[in-house]
Amino acid sequence: MELVIRKLCKSFDGHFVLDHVNLHLVPGNVYCLMGPSGSGKTTLFHILLGLVSADSGEVNGLNRERISAVFQENRLCEAFTPVENVTMVMPSSSGNNKSKAREALKRLLPEESLDRPASTLSGGMKRRVAIIRALTVPFDMVIMDEPFTGLDEETKQQVITYIKEQSAGKLVLISTHQEEDVQLLNGIKIHL
Amino acid sequence: MNAGILRFKKAGIILFWLLIWQAASTAVHNSIILVGPLDVILALFNQIRLADFWKTIGFSFGKISLGFLSAFAAGILAGTAACRYPLIGDFLSPLMALMKSVPVASFVILALIWAGSENLSVIIGFLVVFPIIYIQTIAGIKSTDQQLLQMADVFQMSEAKRFFYLYRPALLPYLASGCQVALGMSWKSGIAAEVIGVPLHSIGEKLYLSKIYLSTADLFAWTLVIILLSALFESFFLWLLSLASPGIRQKKKEVG
Repeated sequence: MELVIRKLCKSFDGHFVLDHVNLHLVPGNVYCLMGPSGSGKTTLFHILLGLVSADSGEVNGLNRERISAVFQENRLCEAFTPVENVTMVMPSSSGNNKSKAREALKRLLPEESLDRPASTLSGGMKRRVAIIRALTVPFDMVIMDEPFTGLDEETKQQVITYIKEQSAGKLVLISTHQEEDVQLLNGIKIHL
Repeated sequence: MNAGILRFKKAGIILFWLLIWQAASTAVHNSIILVGPLDVILALFNQIRLADFWKTIGFSFGKISLGFLSAFAAGILAGTAACRYPLIGDFLSPLMALMKSVPVASFVILALIWAGSENLSVIIGFLVVFPIIYIQTIAGIKSTDQQLLQMADVFQMSEAKRFFYLYRPALLPYLASGCQVALGMSWKSGIAAEVIGVPLHSIGEKLYLSKIYLSTADLFAWTLVIILLSALFESFFLWLLSLASPGIRQKKKEVG
């Protein structure tokens, strides 16, 4: 289902972070949200995720039960392993979650890191766990807030391939500062 | 300094103070005012041989543990309920203030009037431990990472998963530190209550009798038993808690 955002406004302490934002997003596309820090990318994501309410405007076509996310911070449970961090968000009914999570994690992480507490992983590894977590649950739309932070070029390329593969046919909304990411993702650039 | 030397140093310090104690006892030369460590050990061995010794330990250990464990469970339940429904917290607030401020001796007298001496240490243990666990539960739940809770909302994690993965790791360190205080206090207050209420076959009764018979060696021997029981129970319970906490287990691995 298409996502239509009309005249979306949000201000903090009288300062407009989002000022009449209009977007029309179609499933099957990767949209790259560009803009300097403080331009409201994260605020827009938080509104779409239902974590912050907009002051005014409309968002149509959003099904919060089928939305997934990579937050700006990793938001992992540090005492638990990558496998546990992925399985904890998977629906209990989907069956054999552990092996599904392990297979997904093995695509982007060394196998010996899968059963260590997340607190012992490097920043880049934690980022990959957060990305895999978002793409392992059933979703129609995924929001990714600067997902490539802390990743080297080679890993970023692997992650981009994984994202494209796992989100084929879905609506993907990614915030990034890098112009080259738009090309690597075959994305559609949106300026805020 | 390596572990061997450290242990040797520790043992040396303990031996030094035991020698001072023995020397003071020899100098005083009055077994009512001050007995030496040797007399205490002898008194303890005399007690251990009696069947009544183990019955006494079983009675007091059972009652104080029951008081502690029931307060532990009730404190967690009430603290969780107060976090989920603030109105419950508002209602419990004056009760907690009362339980924290009323002297234990007043509770002991009241419990004696209401319930008799048989279960005195259960009631007193409960009253002392409950507010500590209640407060620590609330603090632990409130310390849960808000960003993780938002993550749980986005991924629609079930209540059971939220408890297991988010609240439990946040709560258990608070419970562990609360238990360290509460365990010691439950033993101190429980035994004090027994000394006042003098229930039959309790450690409190034995302490009371040692006062009546001016048997300082028995008093010291039973005090040693209380310290050992309290330390053993504390270590065992905190070990159980550490098994339930991935955070504590991880910290131990990092330290060790």
